[in-house]
Amino acid sequence: MYGLIGKILRVNLTEGTVAEEYLSDVLVKKYLGGRGLGTKIYVDEVDKDTDAFAPENKLILMTGPLTGTFATSAGRLMWITKAPLTGTIGCANSGGEFGPELKYAGFDGVIFEGKSEKPVYLYVKDGKGELRSAEELWGQSVFVTTDKLIEETDPDARVCCIGPAGENKVLFAGIMNEKNRAAGRGGLGAVMGSKNLKAVVARGTGGIKVADKEGFLAACTDARKKLKENPVTGAGLGAYGTEILVNIINASGGLPKHNWRDGAVDPDADQISGETLAEKYLVRNKGCFGCSMACGRVTKIKDGPYKSAGEGPEYEAAWALGSCCGIHDLAAICRVNFLCNEYGMDPITLGSTFACAMELFDKGILTKEEMGGNLAFGNADAIVEFATKTALREGFGDKLAEGSYRMAESYGVPELSMSVKKQEMPAYDGRSLQGMGLEYATSNRGGCHVRGYLTSPEILGIPLKLDPLVTDGKAEILKIFQDLTAVVDSIGICLFTTFGIGLAEIGNMLRTATGWDMSDEELLGAGDRIWNIEKLYNLSQGFTREDDKLPPRLLTEPLPEGPAKGKVCELDVMLEEYYRLRGWNQKSVPTKEKLSELGL
Amino acid sequence: MLKPEKCISCRTCELICSFTRAEEFSPQLSAVSVIHYDKAMISVPIMCTQCEDAPCMRVCPVQAIYENEDGTKIIDYKKCIGCKMCISACPLGNMAFDGKAVFKCDLCGGDPQCARFCPSGAIEYKEANPSSLVKRKDLAEKFKEVFGEEV
Repeated sequence: MYGLIGKILRVNLTEGTVAEEYLSDVLVKKYLGGRGLGTKIYVDEVDKDTDAFAPENKLILMTGPLTGTFATSAGRLMWITKAPLTGTIGCANSGGEFGPELKYAGFDGVIFEGKSEKPVYLYVKDGKGELRSAEELWGQSVFVTTDKLIEETDPDARVCCIGPAGENKVLFAGIMNEKNRAAGRGGLGAVMGSKNLKAVVARGTGGIKVADKEGFLAACTDARKKLKENPVTGAGLGAYGTEILVNIINASGGLPKHNWRDGAVDPDADQISGETLAEKYLVRNKGCFGCSMACGRVTKIKDGPYKSAGEGPEYEAAWALGSCCGIHDLAAICRVNFLCNEYGMDPITLGSTFACAMELFDKGILTKEEMGGNLAFGNADAIVEFATKTALREGFGDKLAEGSYRMAESYGVPELSMSVKKQEMPAYDGRSLQGMGLEYATSNRGGCHVRGYLTSPEILGIPLKLDPLVTDGKAEILKIFQDLTAVVDSIGICLFTTFGIGLAEIGNMLRTATGWDMSDEELLGAGDRIWNIEKLYNLSQGFTREDDKLPPRLLTEPLPEGPAKGKVCELDVMLEEYYRLRGWNQKSVPTKEKLSELGL
Repeated sequence: MLKPEKCISCRTCELICSFTRAEEFSPQLSAVSVIHYDKAMISVPIMCTQCEDAPCMRVCPVQAIYENEDGTKIIDYKKCIGCKMCISACPLGNMAFDGKAVFKCDLCGGDPQCARFCPSGAIEYKEANPSSLVKRKDLAEKFKEVFGEEV
């Protein structure tokens, strides 16, 4: 195969066996790779009644046909399984260097099945995979684990692993690679922990061939040029990272404060912005493999109580731990973000769960005694303290480790969890950005911004400017964004490239790399197909239209100030149109005609 | 010209080098490598610096490495016997072996692709103009910061 290697590993952790398998041409062309191919394998192989933590559940690591090539920002890998936080299909992707290294080692992906009796890690080197003991690594942080495994295997190896959060089945534990890159959302790290799988290590000296060498180089050169010339991908992301959004979203009245209770205009937002981060703590910016945008933040807190160094935070993490918790101490936010990387934990859900606890405390539902601490709005020390307690499930941390929905539900107030399908919504208020409200409600992995990022047209004006307060036309563009994102996540490039390039450039890179005869329309159609197999899985798990909803706060409590003053999210009207455009009935079930159109 | 302080760690140079040289994407086949130091928070691109008095050229028993008019040291594969003495001789580790033949950076015949595609300016290809004044100024700047006073 071109682009792809054409081989994957199947690892049975119960039996301790590692076997090689070939990928089918037909299946790959239909589901592209990464998210699409991984999900297809998952739904075909795993019985729908399987619990996320059951040994019968499988955990799939899959790269795409462009991963590790010269395509724009092609360092992505995807993890797929049932998400323990939501119970939906779980897929989370990550950049860094691991995906490319796995392909150079001779494999497009790995299927993990069963459960190991004792902690193990998989070492993949140049065409061979081997399970090794990880007993001495169990309990260790992501950083220690990574360093020790490099020492134990190969100085040029790359490491994917979980930290204590994944071992302790924190429901929002991530799978980390190169220490600071995270497949963060949905709790996939907890599934890895449930299998006693501590890490995957890859080292490869092989290469990836493409079908049309000249054509591919020309397509990549064109796409790279466009990214360089675009103000977002060529300048903004490199200078300020995703954190550049703090002041922009705040100005649009979409930066939720205090667990989304007190509006979405934060007068102190600049204290946690990308500009402030650059001024105070940024050491340098960093790119994932083959990436020219380099939005990564290498940061250092030189002194004070939060003295530490690491990477991040991203915009959504800074908001969750910041404005959402009423905290504006950027050093504390950085510190918690670093801790999230060390423990292997999603800072969006963590911050939002803190914020939910803070509101419960404010309302007198939670007490200091119950918490064994003081999770009050604005208390920066508390988020640092409870980050560790959550990862280790110590004291009240054990409740926080279940995420905001289960925690709030245990006190009888699930409506105070700002989540969709039990996953916390990130940093864009669906009352100020109506399209983002629809995105949260319909995302196949629960509250999530990166399935159809309508912030791009609603705020940034890319690829066209849409009024964020209007509902008309949002369903139509969301469908296109969701389908295109499914393509991007499947072929192995970074979603951020779509600020600067579109389907035409992506199609050119993919066709010349793989040699596939596939029009742009067919490619987008594959995205639609991928979206629908995810949806069918969610339907099989009992999710219905009733679950495509938002927390009542977004539907009934109008924003008190800012450009969206007086607005709630008008979800229902958008949702009806969305189902119709998707070819689903009003119960959100794909029609027979739609499924046959997609070849399902 | 290598400027590690500008490097964003992306390894685009390794990708385009291996593709240009060997027609596949494989860092192992690249004549340039980016070395990461995560605790020191820096990445350093390393490649052949085309030494004035090149040990690879001097040690070659069959004179298979020659210097072109730009001063670039180039392997003549018709003469090369694959003895790998050049790999041993290079004090910088910039000679490599791909399983079949030795290879090194040949500046892509005067249009180095790593410099062309480096997104951050960490690798630049400039006319050889060995002036150390820039670095001296950087150093002087530090003295100015410590001892100087703005009036």
